[in-house]
Amino acid sequence: MSEHFLDVRDLKIHFPTDDGLVRSVDGLSFKLERGRTLGIVGESGSGKSVTSLGILGLHKGGRARISGEIWLDGEELVSASPEHVRRLRGKKMSMIFQDPLSAMHPYFTVGAQIIEAYRIHNKVTKKVARKHAVDLLGRVGIPQPERRVDSYPHEFSGGMRQRAMIAMALSCDPELLIADEPTTALDVTVQAQILDLMRDLQRDFNAALIIITHDLGVVAELSDDILVMYGGKAIEYGSAEDIFERPEHPYTWGLLGSMPRLDREPTERLLPIKGSPPSLINVPAGCAFHPRCAFEGRTGGKANTEVPDLVETEGGHLVRCHLPREERRAIWATEIKPNLESA
Amino acid sequence: MVTYIIRRLIGALLMLAVVSMVTFSIFFVVPRLAGVTATDFANRYVGRAATQETVVAVANKLGLNDPVVVQYARWIKGIFVGAEYDYGAGVEHCPAPCFGYSFVTKNPVWPDLVDRMPVTLSLAAGASIIWLLAGVAVGVLSALKRGSIFDRTAMVIALSGVSLPPFFTGLIALSLFSYGLRITAPGGAYTPLTENPAEWAYSLILPWLTLAFLNAAAYARLTRAGMLETMGEDYIRTARAKGLRESTVITKHGLRAALTPIVTIFGLDVGILLGGAILTENVFSLPGLGKYATQAISTQDLPKIMGFTMLAAFFIVMANLIVDLLYAVVDPRVRLT
Repeated sequence: MSEHFLDVRDLKIHFPTDDGLVRSVDGLSFKLERGRTLGIVGESGSGKSVTSLGILGLHKGGRARISGEIWLDGEELVSASPEHVRRLRGKKMSMIFQDPLSAMHPYFTVGAQIIEAYRIHNKVTKKVARKHAVDLLGRVGIPQPERRVDSYPHEFSGGMRQRAMIAMALSCDPELLIADEPTTALDVTVQAQILDLMRDLQRDFNAALIIITHDLGVVAELSDDILVMYGGKAIEYGSAEDIFERPEHPYTWGLLGSMPRLDREPTERLLPIKGSPPSLINVPAGCAFHPRCAFEGRTGGKANTEVPDLVETEGGHLVRCHLPREERRAIWATEIKPNLESA
Repeated sequence: MVTYIIRRLIGALLMLAVVSMVTFSIFFVVPRLAGVTATDFANRYVGRAATQETVVAVANKLGLNDPVVVQYARWIKGIFVGAEYDYGAGVEHCPAPCFGYSFVTKNPVWPDLVDRMPVTLSLAAGASIIWLLAGVAVGVLSALKRGSIFDRTAMVIALSGVSLPPFFTGLIALSLFSYGLRITAPGGAYTPLTENPAEWAYSLILPWLTLAFLNAAAYARLTRAGMLETMGEDYIRTARAKGLRESTVITKHGLRAALTPIVTIFGLDVGILLGGAILTENVFSLPGLGKYATQAISTQDLPKIMGFTMLAAFFIVMANLIVDLLYAVVDPRVRLT
C-alpha cells in the first residue's frame, strides 16, 4: 500500500532487442499528490516518455519487461490485469501527447473524438456527450465551440489542436494527467497560453499533473517538484526551488546552462552539454553521465567504475553523483552560478 | 464539389474520346501504315468466294477508301445516332448506340455486349465481395499477429495467390471440386440470377473463388502493410490512452485509416473487372464480356473488338472518377477542388 496518490517505486521498463536489452527506465522512483505538479526533465532517450506510457500501461505490449510498483490511489498497476488498467485509462489517468496533429485521428472530427473518450467511461447518450464536448472545448478556450466541435483536426491551428487534445484528456475528469511535451510542437507565444491553460485547469480539477519535457523553462512555470532523468535513471530529484536555486548534479547544471534566457547578453553563448545522450543498450560503466561530465576527474576514479546512488543531500533533495557534497556546492557557487548570472 | 464533379466528367469524356481515337487508330490506321489496303479490309466482310469487283465495291460502300478522319467521324456518329452498313448483300441497320456491326456474325455489336454484361457483372460482384472481405480480414489478422504461424502461412498463400494465374488455379479447382469431388458446377454452366438465384450462385461459386483468390492475396498483403503502418501511428496510441478496448482500437481507428488505399484500389480493380475477366471467363466457359472478347479476337472480328475495348475503357474511366469522389468521402483531409 501507499498513502501517496501516485507512488512509483523502482520502476524498470526494459525492451529486449536483437542488439541487446534496452534499459529505457531503470529503477525510477517518485511520488506525487493531488493538486501537485511534477516535472520530468531530460534529453531525448532519457526514458521520460516511456515512464509515462508505462504508468498508463501503454508501453509496447508483449515485448517490454516491466517491474517495480506503480501505486495509483491505493491500487498497484504493474501487477493489475491489462483490462483493469484499460478501465482506468482515460478516466482515472489520461495523457496529453506531444504532437496533436499526429495524435488525433485525421478521419474523425474533434468532437467525435472527445465524445468517444467520454462515452467509453460514461453511459450517456450521444447528445449528452456532445453537449459535454462543446462545454469542454469552450472551457479550454476554443472560440465558437458549438461550431468547431464538428471540425476535423486538420482544420484547427496548432494551438487550437493542443487545446482540443487537452479537452479530450480532461473529458472524464482524470485525477492524474500526464502531459508529454505538451508545448514542443507549438509556437513560443502559443506555448505560454497552453501552459497557462494547463495551470488553470489543474487548479480547477485538482488533478495530479506530470509534465514531461526537455525544456526547463516549461517546468519552471508549472512544477512543484522536478525529476531530472538521464539514461533511464533519476539523477536529481527535488523541489523546483532545489533544482533551480541549488542544483547539485553536473548534468542539471548543463541543462540550466543550455537554457536560453532573455536576461542574458545576446552575444553570450549558450553552454551546451558536450556529447550526446548514452545508448540505452550500452550504458557507460559507472556513472552514465561521466563521459560528458566536466568534473569527472574529481571523483577519485569512481566515475567510470561505480554507479553512484541516488542519495538525499538535504530535505528531500536527491542527487546521484560521486562528487562529495561540499565540492558540488562549491563548484555550483563558484564556477557555475556566476557564469549563468554573468549577464 | 459540384464543379469538381462536372470538371471530372468532362475530363472523363475527353479521356474516352482519346481512347476511341487510339482504338480506332490501332485497328484502322496502323494496319494501313503496315500496307493493308481498303480492299484487304473489305475482304474480311464479304467472305472468301467474292470476286475482286465485289470486294472493291464493298470497300467503297463501306467508305473504307475515305480519309481516316471521315471514317473515324462516321464511327463516332454511329455511337450517337446509329449507322447503316451496306456490304453488298443489302443494307444493315445498326441502331444507336452503334459500336460497330459484325460482318462475321451479321449483327450489331452493342446488343451482344448488353447480353453478356450480366454474366461479367455477376462474376465481378461476387468475386470482389469475397476477395475484399477475405483479403482485408486475413491482412488485419496477419498484421496483428505479425511473425506468427498464421501470418507466415497466410503470406505464403498470398504470395502464391498473386503469382498463380487463374488458368492454373481455375483448372486445378475445376478438376478437383467439379470433376473430382463433384461439389461445384462444371465449367460452362451458367444460370442467370433472374432465373434461379441459388443455381446462379452455385454456377458461379468456383469462378468467384478463383478470381477472388488472385485478388484477395494482393489485398491481404496490402491490408497487412497498411495495418502495420497505421497501428504504429500516434493516434492509435491516443485511442488506447482513452481506454478504448483493443478490438475497437483496431476496427474503428486502425482499419478506418488502413482502408483508404484499399478503397482506391478496389474501385479500380472492379472497374477493370467489369470490362471482362478474360482468363477466368475462358477457363470456366462463362459467356461474359471477357469470353466475348477472346472469341472476337480469334475470329479477327474488328467491330466486336473495338466495341468491347470502348466498353472496358468506359468502365475503367468511370471507376477512376468514382474512386476519386469516394476518396474525399473516406478521407476528410482530401478537398475536391
